[in-house]
Amino acid sequence: MIRSYLPPRFQVQRDEGRCIRCRVCENQCSFQAQHYDEEDDRLVAQEANCVGCHRCEALCPTGALRISPGASAYREHANWTDREIRNLNRQAETGGVLLSGMGSDRPYPIYWDHLLLDASQVTNPAIDPLREPMELRTYLGRRPDALELAPDGRLATALEPQLTLELPVMFSAISYGAINLNVCRALAQAAVTLDTYCNTGEGGLHQSLYGYGPHTIVQVASGRFGVHLDYLEAAAAIEIKIGQGAKPGIGGHLPGEKVNEAISHTRMIPVGSDALSPAPQHDIYSIEDLRLLIYALKEATTYAKPVGVKIAAVHNCAAIASGIARAGADFIAIDGFRGGTGAAPTMIRDNVGIPIEFALAAVDSRLREEGIRNQVSLVVGGGIRCSADVVKAIALGADACYIATAALIAIGCTLCQQCPTGKCAWGIATNDPLLARRVNPELAAERLVNLLGGWALEIREMLGGMGINAIESLRGNRLRLRAIGLGDRELDILGVLPAGQ
Amino acid sequence: MPAIAADEEYCMGCRLCEIACMAQRSGISDLAKALRPGRPRPQPGTRVETEGVRAVSISCRHCQQAPCLLACLTGAMQRTQDGRVVVDRDRCAGCGTCVLVCPYGAVAISPERKVASKCDLCPGWEQPACVAACPNRALRVVEESP
Repeated sequence: MIRSYLPPRFQVQRDEGRCIRCRVCENQCSFQAQHYDEEDDRLVAQEANCVGCHRCEALCPTGALRISPGASAYREHANWTDREIRNLNRQAETGGVLLSGMGSDRPYPIYWDHLLLDASQVTNPAIDPLREPMELRTYLGRRPDALELAPDGRLATALEPQLTLELPVMFSAISYGAINLNVCRALAQAAVTLDTYCNTGEGGLHQSLYGYGPHTIVQVASGRFGVHLDYLEAAAAIEIKIGQGAKPGIGGHLPGEKVNEAISHTRMIPVGSDALSPAPQHDIYSIEDLRLLIYALKEATTYAKPVGVKIAAVHNCAAIASGIARAGADFIAIDGFRGGTGAAPTMIRDNVGIPIEFALAAVDSRLREEGIRNQVSLVVGGGIRCSADVVKAIALGADACYIATAALIAIGCTLCQQCPTGKCAWGIATNDPLLARRVNPELAAERLVNLLGGWALEIREMLGGMGINAIESLRGNRLRLRAIGLGDRELDILGVLPAGQ
Repeated sequence: MPAIAADEEYCMGCRLCEIACMAQRSGISDLAKALRPGRPRPQPGTRVETEGVRAVSISCRHCQQAPCLLACLTGAMQRTQDGRVVVDRDRCAGCGTCVLVCPYGAVAISPERKVASKCDLCPGWEQPACVAACPNRALRVVEESP
């Protein structure tokens, strides 16, 4: 064991005048950063252990605690920042790959914040969504090239299976194992209430969640964990996971310690064994191979449900998306480089992939140019923070958005990035039975429903302001966007005019 | 008859219910002041029991057939019109019989007054202090006691 040189990252400030020695901070901290000294009758902080999750602060009944960054700072250096020095030290102490949880926290540009929405004035009147109907219903799936009507006016063209969403937001893939069953249940319950969908991630679907199947998208990933016929049949749609925005080109690793009885049963692996998802799907080395899997899944489920493919936003994702559409996928999910994860090598998380805004614009443009945009729906995720991001994504060309980090934040996550430790003090990214109790699915689902209910109201307001009464009318309508502070090349790729033009 | 139901599935043993109960009983609205170290603390009407990964907040069930009511020697333990079981502190002799007979261990002898002390469901409040304080909705008021 090498002694750590790292100074504490966070400062725990306790107002001794307000501390009532109730020890809630001590019993809530899963990182042993709070300790009660019986002899002195006072609580003492072990700041070196504090991860800045703010659990103690949130639950302190007297508001006696403040957790703030900057307990200590190295001498300022533009190149050798505090972050770099800490990473180097951590690695010198452990010799391992640096791991991080959640999406990249690097200050890359956020292009959503460089896009502005239009509003109607005089000539095309705005619509008041509180007085007039406003349609957020979204369909995901393959659209026919043309529609034929029977003589009686009925639709004669057979439609491919579609997912129906009452708002264009779904819960993205988070596997059972990365999060515990209580969180899975909360997401599933919220998806049912909101009439949208929840993605299982690659950890299978726990037996007790099969009832939520009609609002579930099940994932088939490289590890094939928990994939069997009942799983496929229970779902509303199937998603083949090729890549993940937080770690493109990297597989997954659920440590054996987290594989308890229930997870073992759901994932169909022995208790205590590491769940390793290979980086590639070993039966997919080409678009033709992908087509085989897509059709194998469609065949297995009698062509009754959409089958999509999820890829990470990488440099040539437009060409790949074209291939995926031609391989027969009904929807393509693209995950931007800000997408979350339970654990990713820090260097991969922070340096691989491209922003979802560019990936989306490039894929949408490419599919349109090739005349196959109607054959596939686009779902984007990886850094969608608010309803305005959703509206901008849809104007850029997305059919719907995936959110996961935003959903976890709604449940309590404070982005302390300690998911890989399994000690999540908010009871989310942990299977410790004592910590997992901290998420009451009923309460968490209510928070999620509140969040997306609020987003739905805001989206209606924004659409109304643009004089649009259905989200379909905004889809891919990049003229309703203007960019601010971007260069010509970026504008070209985004297909958006600069503000003022 | 109302009672507080504890959901042991989601009790995380934080003890905020106990703290809220004590603060409410102190009659001082500032929690930090009410429970300031050194100041005598009221006996809480609820108690969190933990064992291994389990935790549960235990308070009076206001039983329909309450053993404490039958056992009370002085008639201090009484049933109110709205169905609550409460202690008349002036009549309580502090004999502790109710403590012995309560199957839930929900009655205690208050150290300050040496009389029986238990949950009274916070009459006059919108909801009991413990229920309002529970951060995980593991406590709720139910209409039917066991």
